Amino acid sequence: MSMWEDLLLFLSLKDPNVRYVVLGLILLSSSCALVGCFTFLRKRALSGDALAHSVLPGVCLAFIITGDKQSLPVLLGAIVFGWLSLYTMDYLKRNTILKEDTVIGLVLSVFFGIGLLLLSHIQHSDYVNPSGLDSILFGRAASLVEEDVWWFGITGVILVTVIFALLKEFVLICFDEPFARSISIPVKMLEVILTTLTVMAIVTGIQAVGVVLMAAFLITPAAAARYWTYNIKHMLIYAALISMSSSVAGAYVSYSFPKMPTAPWIVLVLSLVAFFSFLFSPHKGVWKRWMNMRNNSAKILEENILKTFYHLGERENVEMGYYTEQQLNSIRGFKKSDLKKGLRKLIRLGYVKKSGQSYTLTNEGYRKGERIVRLHRLWELYLSNHVKIAADHVHDDAETIEHIITPEIEQKLEELLKSPLIDPHQSSIPPSRW
Amino acid sequence: MIRISLAFLLQDGSLMNELYIITTGALVAGTCSILGCFLILRKMAMVADAISHAILPGIVLTYLVFDSKDSFLMLIGAGVFGFFTAFLIEWIHSRLRLQEDASIGISFTFLFSIGVILISYYASNIDLDMDCVLYGEITYVPLNTVTLQNGLNLGPKALWTSGAMFLLVVSFVSLFYKELRICTFDPSYAVSIGIATVIWHYALMGLLSFTTVICFESVGSVLVVTFFIVPPATAYLITNKLNHMIILSVLSGIVASVGGYFLANLLNASIAAGMCTTCGIEFLLAFLLKRQKR
Repeated sequence: MSMWEDLLLFLSLKDPNVRYVVLGLILLSSSCALVGCFTFLRKRALSGDALAHSVLPGVCLAFIITGDKQSLPVLLGAIVFGWLSLYTMDYLKRNTILKEDTVIGLVLSVFFGIGLLLLSHIQHSDYVNPSGLDSILFGRAASLVEEDVWWFGITGVILVTVIFALLKEFVLICFDEPFARSISIPVKMLEVILTTLTVMAIVTGIQAVGVVLMAAFLITPAAAARYWTYNIKHMLIYAALISMSSSVAGAYVSYSFPKMPTAPWIVLVLSLVAFFSFLFSPHKGVWKRWMNMRNNSAKILEENILKTFYHLGERENVEMGYYTEQQLNSIRGFKKSDLKKGLRKLIRLGYVKKSGQSYTLTNEGYRKGERIVRLHRLWELYLSNHVKIAADHVHDDAETIEHIITPEIEQKLEELLKSPLIDPHQSSIPPSRW
Repeated sequence: MIRISLAFLLQDGSLMNELYIITTGALVAGTCSILGCFLILRKMAMVADAISHAILPGIVLTYLVFDSKDSFLMLIGAGVFGFFTAFLIEWIHSRLRLQEDASIGISFTFLFSIGVILISYYASNIDLDMDCVLYGEITYVPLNTVTLQNGLNLGPKALWTSGAMFLLVVSFVSLFYKELRICTFDPSYAVSIGIATVIWHYALMGLLSFTTVICFESVGSVLVVTFFIVPPATAYLITNKLNHMIILSVLSGIVASVGGYFLANLLNASIAAGMCTTCGIEFLLAFLLKRQKR
């Protein structure tokens, strides 16, 4: 069978096993992602991890008491211990000297240790049919059945309904809790609801993906989505979409290569999507930030070169003199390669002309250099007259701000300083050309 | 189920075997607790947790590339991944500007998933079992012994490796106690008197990864993390002097390994998990004691 046919067969969901796994994972991962957005925004990512580990003793106790390893009692035990761990973390954080990370790690390892103690006790004793109980450790994503899909569906519907009904309130307690309190929104109550949702999502999730990787299902889609938008509604939708598509991809991998485990592949795909977002998203991505920085420093370099031409002309009292690279460098220490690069760019932009070994400004170049000098001197004057900074301390500040001042600010400065002619160092301020 | 029968065998076996298991546990506890004191004071408890998960691919890759379970190679492989994890967390946090909790969570789940995938893919030629990653096999400690060429039995290998690690950590900390203390409590002062805080940070991270992988085989990742965090936290409740805290946490770790052994025997359960639970009980006692005083 070719790869395409294989993929089509997979996507057609004709095979009931595939259907249950894919549907179950889509439901599960998207509900985890939705809840995870709030976990992420409230900086509780690691508490989520601890919570996932802490439900193990609950599951084991429920099994020891009832002898049942599916259904309700186990779920109940998990929820009780999930809550207990959250409460313990909160209590220890408030009542001991221990810092948050220590408290999280402490609760995580002790609860999980107790869980493993009980689990190994069960496995080594004469309980009836305990096998499969440890699937909670690593999940059984590849063997979901119809019943699981129903469970995930019900949980998903509850989570989505509650989240969208209380979206405004949840957003408020994520971003501005004091304000929420001040307009008498029941913060405590909402926190309890949000935590309940988180516990629900985690308890359902670990059955499929296991304890350790649960944290990724909560945080990774949210973190990735955060880099694509500033709008929380979009963030929720993106997070859900990212985790749905990663789940399908993960399920496909383990469908085509039966040796491959499903949940780790989903996490791997999720992580790659997240890394891609961190690097290349158009809002906050590193690539974008790096480009901005490069463009800025190029702009600053060009403006500094134009300014240097102006200074040289001012010294010799000629407007458009011809200067060599050495002369330019004598005013201002440029790096040789930077100066060459900047000049080439300026020639291309039509601000500078080259003749032989020397360079001169064009009319536009002169205008631009003059404006930078003007902004520099206006700012120096402003600092010394209005901010009362000594004249010999104003240069460095002006050196930075001259590249940033907009025409509007320039005009304000002009008005404030009453069209001045002389700066604090007795150099003349070039007049405005507007 | 083979583990149970072995446990019984060992119980009946001899006092010596019990002693071996408990001593190994105590050495691991001591090593982890000493480092743990610095970790929790530097707010890096969860970084330790992350590293203990994230060295999994390092162990598997070393195993695959060199085709041996040689502890030294494993140590290097896992050490490299430990460094890499510490670096990755820091890089995502400061360069990619993701909040710290999420950068820890994403890094370790990413690396752990790679580890699990590698294990499943090469399952046929890897004798690493996921259960053993979690629980470890402290029960087996007495079985794997070092024998000299003339047939002299020197006792369990794990005892020697964890003993060596303990000595290494003790000598490192006592030699550079002053530097570590200053870096921990006042990093900016440390920089101002010319101490390279970055180097000490990564030295700690390196020791952390080495310890984790040494203890990995004998006690499993869960117990390592527990020993890193819980005994120091217990000691921190009781004292606020660093040297007292270190000594107390080592003592508490040792008590936990003795208590844990008997608790596990009582419940017929995993010894590593028993030691975790005992650590938790000790913390609870310290907490209650502290409250009573107030």
